[in-house]
Amino acid sequence: MSSKLESLCQALRKHLGERVESLQVAFGEVNLDVKVDTYLESMFILRDNPELRCEELIDLCGVDYSAYGNGTWTGKRFAVVSQLLSISNNWRVRVRCFAENDDFPSVPSVVEVWNSVNWFEREAFDLYGIVFPGHPDLRRILTDYGFVGHPFRKDFPVCGYVEMRYDSEQRRVVYQPVTIEEREITPRVVRENTYGDV
Amino acid sequence: MADIQNYTINFGPQHPAAHGVLRMVLELDGEVVVRADPHIGMLHRATEKLAETKTWIQSVPYMDRLDYMSMMCSEHAYCLAIEKMLGIDVPVRAQYIRVMFDEITRVLNHLLWIGAHGLDVGAMTMMLYAMREREDLVDCYEAVSGTRWHAAYYRPGGVYRDLPDTMPMYKESKWKSAAEVKKLNEVRSGTLLDFLDDFVVRFPKIIDEYETLLTDNRIWKQRLVNVGVVSPERAMQLGFSGAMLRGSGVAWDLRKKQPYAVYDRLDFDIPVGVTGDSYDRYLVRVEEMRQSNRILRQCIDWLRVNPGPVISDNHKVAPPSRAKMKSNMEELVHHFKLCTEGIHVPEGQVYSAVEHPKGEFGIYAISDGANKPYRLKIRSPGYVHLSAMDELVRGHMIADVVTMVGTIDIVFGEIDR
Repeated sequence: MSSKLESLCQALRKHLGERVESLQVAFGEVNLDVKVDTYLESMFILRDNPELRCEELIDLCGVDYSAYGNGTWTGKRFAVVSQLLSISNNWRVRVRCFAENDDFPSVPSVVEVWNSVNWFEREAFDLYGIVFPGHPDLRRILTDYGFVGHPFRKDFPVCGYVEMRYDSEQRRVVYQPVTIEEREITPRVVRENTYGDV
Repeated sequence: MADIQNYTINFGPQHPAAHGVLRMVLELDGEVVVRADPHIGMLHRATEKLAETKTWIQSVPYMDRLDYMSMMCSEHAYCLAIEKMLGIDVPVRAQYIRVMFDEITRVLNHLLWIGAHGLDVGAMTMMLYAMREREDLVDCYEAVSGTRWHAAYYRPGGVYRDLPDTMPMYKESKWKSAAEVKKLNEVRSGTLLDFLDDFVVRFPKIIDEYETLLTDNRIWKQRLVNVGVVSPERAMQLGFSGAMLRGSGVAWDLRKKQPYAVYDRLDFDIPVGVTGDSYDRYLVRVEEMRQSNRILRQCIDWLRVNPGPVISDNHKVAPPSRAKMKSNMEELVHHFKLCTEGIHVPEGQVYSAVEHPKGEFGIYAISDGANKPYRLKIRSPGYVHLSAMDELVRGHMIADVVTMVGTIDIVFGEIDR
């Protein structure tokens, strides 16, 4: 681990203290996990603390872990992952926060910490159905007007449930159940770590 | 006196200045914009979901279709993410080729941007001139990859093949006489590097011409100066990157600050704006083209004298050459496994970012050790910049909305993904 990452990890432990659920360094990147009840205050500290100073939120996305490792995942299902960037310190931190309830995932909105997160949280809501209390305008963003379901969840089929076509009799666009079948061309294979010694 | 209420209009999705399929609901008070609500997703193809069902390598061509005006840069970020997880080294020559094509892409993107931005604001001719220069650069794309846009040239472990010794030539036709063809093919008679060399020599003068048309143009300035001013604090708060952030005076460029490939060996400068308005962003991008030209020159010189492999010899990641594959059992097995099952990327998560022409383009990948990504998140710069649209246009005249769409440099492929 480089000295820069070392000092970043020390600073994170020092200023976040108990709030750190886990802190790991892998592939030269810092992965920080926080609990959902301390998520918002941790984010404030990450932005405002003069030693951490993560001025920019680069990205935030939802993750659905239900099919991880071909179904061997035992933890919580939904997580929200954000990539923070400190311009003054030139380092990045990745913060992950699991939502408590798998049936109604909810994570506090950080839109007041970084305004840039507005659309990212709308996207995570749209695609994963994660709710962000505190968000000023939590609407769907990428999917169609009137779309039903959350398409990036692992139990949502890639071909979807409805298809759209122009009906010449009704002279308008209509929705109907999909007529195509889902198929997998290359099977998904998880190998043991030592496989093929790459 | 009658009460005049605010009214709402639809801007797009079929508007010539909407750069694709942007639908914006504008609330107007007279001619002043009170609120802008961009509706996106008309081009949503669920690239990230599709990537989860494809092997790692099968998603490389999807990256071209994100930002279809700067293709290879997106491929670069994707390949960097895979290489980081696999921990493999990319041959230096491949890194130089990547940097060279990243810069060609940057020039391609900025040329289209200057043309489209000019067109939006009223400088019609810019589009014609910019397209003329783009033609030469897409020819370089064609020479290395066979396609003019969707190249799929970068591969995990290097690039698909070495630079070609010949350029595609013009052929005589109904529209082009033999004399014309001969003149056009003159610069194409050498290698790709010769052709590019010729372009690099010509290009600074061409940028001067653009600047003669625009930089001191009164109309251009009236439309751009003090339109869409963003302070550095707001720019960071809004998650800006690339020219949008540098235009506001923050000297941040991933090529300098977190160098990838061989950018740390090259000599170039980062232009920074002062006021943070659309005009500064224009100046920054024009200067970026000049700097790209400098980088191209250095790459050409290096590549001329340093032959070598262009893709990793780790055949668990990169396929063996055709000749070897047909004479060697081991290589045949590797090829078969790669093409049927694909690469196995170790478990973990990475985020890799490149300085895309539009800003920071990042790939966040989670792997559970399978031959397909578990989750792939594409962080596109345009998405974040467009989300700041409301703040940018508030209080401006409706005509400035078009300037703002131009200055953000919107391409819908990457915003909707």
